[in-house]
Amino acid sequence: MSIYVNSETRVLVQGITGNQGSFHTGQMLAYGTRIVGGVSPGKGGRTVEGVPVYDTVFAAMEAEPADATILFTPAPFAKDAAFEALEAGVKLLVLIPEHISLHDALEITAHARRKGAVVVGPNTFGLVSSGQCKIGIMPNRYFIPGPVGVVSRSGTLCYEIVGTLAEQGIGTTTVVGLGGDRVVGLSFIDVLSQFEEDRDTRAVVLVGEIGGSAEEEAARYIASSMSKPVVAFVAGKSAPPGKRMGHAGAIIERGRGTFSSKIEALTAAGVRVAELPFQVPKLVKEIL
Amino acid sequence: MKLYEYMGKELLHRYDVPIPRGKVVDTAEGAAGAAAELGEVVVKSQVLTGKRGKGGGIGFAATPEEARREAERILKVKVQGMAVDKLLVEEKLQIEQELYLAITVDGVSRCPVILASLDGGMDVEEVPEERMIRWPVELSLGLQPYMVREICRRLGGEAGSRLTKPFLQLLPNLYRLFREQDAELVEINPLALTPQGLVAADAKVTIDDDALYRHPEMPRIREKTDLELKAEELDLAYVELGGDIAVMANGAGITMATLDMVQYYGGTPANFLDFGGGAGVERTAQALELLLGTNPKAILINIFGGITRCDVVAEAFARVKESRGIDVPVSFRLVGTNEQEGREILKKVGIEAFQTMEEAVRHAVELSRG
Repeated sequence: MSIYVNSETRVLVQGITGNQGSFHTGQMLAYGTRIVGGVSPGKGGRTVEGVPVYDTVFAAMEAEPADATILFTPAPFAKDAAFEALEAGVKLLVLIPEHISLHDALEITAHARRKGAVVVGPNTFGLVSSGQCKIGIMPNRYFIPGPVGVVSRSGTLCYEIVGTLAEQGIGTTTVVGLGGDRVVGLSFIDVLSQFEEDRDTRAVVLVGEIGGSAEEEAARYIASSMSKPVVAFVAGKSAPPGKRMGHAGAIIERGRGTFSSKIEALTAAGVRVAELPFQVPKLVKEIL
Repeated sequence: MKLYEYMGKELLHRYDVPIPRGKVVDTAEGAAGAAAELGEVVVKSQVLTGKRGKGGGIGFAATPEEARREAERILKVKVQGMAVDKLLVEEKLQIEQELYLAITVDGVSRCPVILASLDGGMDVEEVPEERMIRWPVELSLGLQPYMVREICRRLGGEAGSRLTKPFLQLLPNLYRLFREQDAELVEINPLALTPQGLVAADAKVTIDDDALYRHPEMPRIREKTDLELKAEELDLAYVELGGDIAVMANGAGITMATLDMVQYYGGTPANFLDFGGGAGVERTAQALELLLGTNPKAILINIFGGITRCDVVAEAFARVKESRGIDVPVSFRLVGTNEQEGREILKKVGIEAFQTMEEAVRHAVELSRG
């Protein structure tokens, strides 16, 4: 079992002919992802890594319907591409690009709500149900099947933590990257509630960072509605207020989104908080 | 990108939100001239910080002579550490009540949110939660009159009902500004109730950096240090932190976690530098050059390769080392995509890379102690 995606999920790649698009199409195929088509306006008729390329999402869906799409489209054109996918009936969108404008992100997530579709990102590494389906840009080898669900706001830090788990032989059910922007399609709560329902997930690792109130909201949910144990790591203890730490969403503004507020909320909710990333496997072992 | 008050007010004016009569000047002479036209005035420093009043950045003047003196004084002070080179001289308003009104984005509901309170004029953090009305605006609906009426009802009492009519005029304009200008924040604090109606006595407007390409007409305001600007040109996320261990890593979260770990082991990070996203040799080398320019006591490089390739980072390092020499001690962690190739390249320039982040951080902290 897994959440959001599995070995049946049929995937489209929007922006498949670009550098990133074609490279990661190869990587996803190598992982075992069922990629059924690619979209690149004006480039229909070609193939990339053996995958047929279409001019529009509608054309791709007519040839073979897809359940999910991953966008490598440059930020200024991402809204158009996302709307197209939603209108063509795709129900899960993974938005890889960084620097999609705030108002575009608002419009994309609002339209997805109306269409009953799930948006992962923007500014995410994607999601992977280990051993089944990877829709994203993360390195393949760390994502081995196992009992732990992982949800993270940041990419490389999440690989680091999943990597330390994998080294100790602990695999994952599904790993979801929420994305580093201020407005993203999924919240910690959306993903935690899926893990709570998932039979194979026995524990959850939450990787947060300073800024916003997503970790505090998650803590409230964990306290009230989660039976499965949760381990957390939050980055940004040393970050000064008012400075954007790489991610658009990672900023302490007006006294909100501080490290201590997040740690207090998570600890009060019974979450085991790791002080350093490499302590996560030890805490996970204790609860498995 | 934060706008200066006077620029925010120009925007408000373009969207028919009333602002005080005023003039932007950069000399005491100019301030006196403006006061001669405007009568009793407020002289306000134009700096990108709040709490200007407490910092001595705002003065009142009844005559042109007083305006000149106030302007002279303010042009000399530093407001919250910032030099003042422009002043906004404005008519003094007859304020009956100070309100708070803002539009920003709520990450939780993923909507624009209207914030309104009858307690204007003070720090927004000091307004009690129950005195601040929050109304998320569903994007597909946009701001509708019923929302404005309900916000006013919730503001309460006679004041609320008196505000309904002017707010029905003002809020839709403010919302239009927020949407059309790609704002992250439009804040009017205080929004002054005067005998002539509502007037924006202050304006804080922040425009989304990622949308600036859509607004070529908008002036570009620099708030960053020279190094931060240089980093921006190179498309690197860089923040100065003032310590002595220069840090670079690939990814915002892992860079933050690296800084946290440096602090945990008793070191002080000099900066945040995320060069992630699959940088090539050229950009990686430039990132390294940037760090070397800050004269750190040690350099810590933490690479967990995904899109970022270890051989590319190592190649960039070797190139910089050979071309200009690196006399600062370096602690290098290198794992992930093309790790073996990367390690080989580093060995040739005398660097033995660490396997874990922890080892590399501890070593860097030791190095920084000399």
